[in-house]
Amino acid sequence: METILTVNNLTKKFGYLTAVKNLSFTIEKGNVYGILGPNGSGKSTTLGIILNVVNRTAGDFNWFDGTTSTHEALKKVGAIIERPNFYPYMTAIQNLKLVCKIKEVPDTKIQEKLELVGLWERRNSKFRTYSLGMKQRLAIASALLNDPEILILDEPTNGLDPQGIHQIREIIKKIAGKGTTILLASHLLDEVEKVCSHVVILRKGEKLYSGPVDGMLASHGFFELRTKDMEKLEALLEKNASFGKLTKENGMLTAFLKEEMNAEELNKMLFDQGMVLSHLVKRKESLEEQFLTLTKNK
Amino acid sequence: MVRLLQIEFIKLWNNRASKILILSYFILICCIALIAAIKFPFGEGILLADLGIFNFPYIWHHNSFIAAILKLFFAIVVVSMMANEYSNKTIKQNLIDGLSKKEFVLSKFLTVISFSLISTVFVFVVSMILGLIYSDYNEVSIIFSDMEFLLAFFIKLVGFFSFCLFLGIFVKRSAFALGFLILWAVFEQILFGILGWQITSWETASKIKSFLPLESMANLINEPYTRLSAVQNVANQIGENLNFDYAVHWHEFLIVLFWTALFVYLSYVLLKKRDL
Repeated sequence: METILTVNNLTKKFGYLTAVKNLSFTIEKGNVYGILGPNGSGKSTTLGIILNVVNRTAGDFNWFDGTTSTHEALKKVGAIIERPNFYPYMTAIQNLKLVCKIKEVPDTKIQEKLELVGLWERRNSKFRTYSLGMKQRLAIASALLNDPEILILDEPTNGLDPQGIHQIREIIKKIAGKGTTILLASHLLDEVEKVCSHVVILRKGEKLYSGPVDGMLASHGFFELRTKDMEKLEALLEKNASFGKLTKENGMLTAFLKEEMNAEELNKMLFDQGMVLSHLVKRKESLEEQFLTLTKNK
Repeated sequence: MVRLLQIEFIKLWNNRASKILILSYFILICCIALIAAIKFPFGEGILLADLGIFNFPYIWHHNSFIAAILKLFFAIVVVSMMANEYSNKTIKQNLIDGLSKKEFVLSKFLTVISFSLISTVFVFVVSMILGLIYSDYNEVSIIFSDMEFLLAFFIKLVGFFSFCLFLGIFVKRSAFALGFLILWAVFEQILFGILGWQITSWETASKIKSFLPLESMANLINEPYTRLSAVQNVANQIGENLNFDYAVHWHEFLIVLFWTALFVYLSYVLLKKRDL
C-alpha cells in the first residue's frame, strides 16, 4: 500500500506544556482517518506541524516517499484548519485564483469545485459577506482545487448550525466516495464514526490507539436481553463461561461476551433451558463507549 | 519569480485601500511637476522654477529628495500588506497551500523592489520632462551627469520598505508597526543626543548615528536646497559659509544595503521561528 504520511516520534513543547508527546503513525492511501481526542489533546498542533505552520521540537515526518520538501508536498495536499482564512476583501473567485497560483495549478477547476460545494451562485460576492457555513465550504472548495492526494480537515463542522454540519458531512462523504484519502480531526465521535475507517486517538498529546475503528477494543460485543424471569436469566448466564460482566439497568440485562457467540446460538441455548426472550440484541460498543473506556483505562 | 510577484499583485490590487494608496502615491510623484508653478510673492512674483531648481544635473538631486519624502505615504501600503496577512491569518493559509516561508518573504521583498524600481522610473521621467522644459543647460553630458542620485533614491526606497516589511512581521499590526516606525525615528535622534551630550563628542555621535538604519537612509540623499546658488548667495551675504558634502558616497550605499539584507533576513528568521 502507498504511504502518504509517516510521522515518527513527533514532539512539540510550548514552554512547560508538552502538546504532542512522541507521536508516531502512518497514513495509507485510500483510507479515511480520524484523529480523535478531547479539546487540547494536541490534534491541531499535530496537524499544524505536518502542515508547516508549527515548528516541531523533536521527531520528524515525511510526506509521500520522503523525497519532496514539505512545501512542495503541500501542493498535493488539501487542508483546512480551524477557521477558514481568506482575504476578506476578495471574492470567492479571486481568492481561489490566488490559491491556484500558490499551488501552481491551472485555474480551470474553480467552477467545478465551487459547484461541488454549492457556492457557484455566490462566486462574485466578497468573502467577508459569507456566513460561517459558506466560508467553511469555500475552504473545502479551495482545498480541493488541486485534486489532492489527501484532504486534511480540522474540526470542519465546528461552530456550524445543524444544516451546515449536514452539508459539510455530505460533501465529505461525496469526496471520500471518490477514493480520496481523508484525515479528519474532531472531538465529535459520531462524526468520526460516520465517515472514518481508521482512527488515531490522542489524549494529552499521547497516542492511545491507532488502527482500524473496529479493532479499538479487544471486545466481542454484548447482548441486551429481557425476559419474564430476570433472576433466573442472570443466574444462568453467570454460570456460562462465555460471559463476563453482567449489568442490570431499566429491566434490561446487559451481558458482555468474553468470547465470540452469535445471537442465534444464545437464543437457542436459552430456549433449550426453557427461557423465552422478549428482547434480544447483539451490539458492539459505539465509538463513544470505546473511546471513554480507552481514555479511562490509562 | 514572476509567480511570486503575481501572487502579491492579486493580494494588493484587489484591496481597494491599497489600490487607492498605490495610485495616489504615483500621482503624487507626478505632482512634483507642480512645484514649477509655485510662485513667491516677492515683487512681481518669483517662480520657483526660475531659481534654477530644475536645472540639470541639480534636478536629479532635488527631485529624488522630494520624491523620497513621499515614501512615508507608501510605507502604509508596505506595512499593511505584511501585517494584514497576520490579522487575516492568511499567512497560515498561504503556507498550508504550499508557499514556503522563504517564498513568502521573497514575494514581499520582490514587490518592494518592483515598486521602488517603478518609483525610480517615474522620478526619472518626471524630472527629465521638467528639466527639458525649464533647465538652462541642455547638453547631453550635463543632463546625464549626477545620475547616482537616482540610484541612491532606489536603494533608499528598498532599504526603507524592507524596514517596513520587517516591522510588519515583527509587530503584526499595521497601526502599531507604523507607530513603532515613528518611535524608532525618534529613538535614533535621542540616542544621538545622549551620545553627543554625555558619552562621546558630537562628532563621534553623528558618525555613530550615520550607521543607524533611518539616518543612513536619510544620508543617501542630503537636502538639496543649500546647494542652490540663490541660497548660497544669501548665506554668503550674512557671512555664513554653507559647505556641505552633497555627494552620494559608496559607504553610504553599503550601510543601507547591509540594513536591507539584515531586515529581510530577520523577517525570514522571525517567520521561521514563530508558530502560527
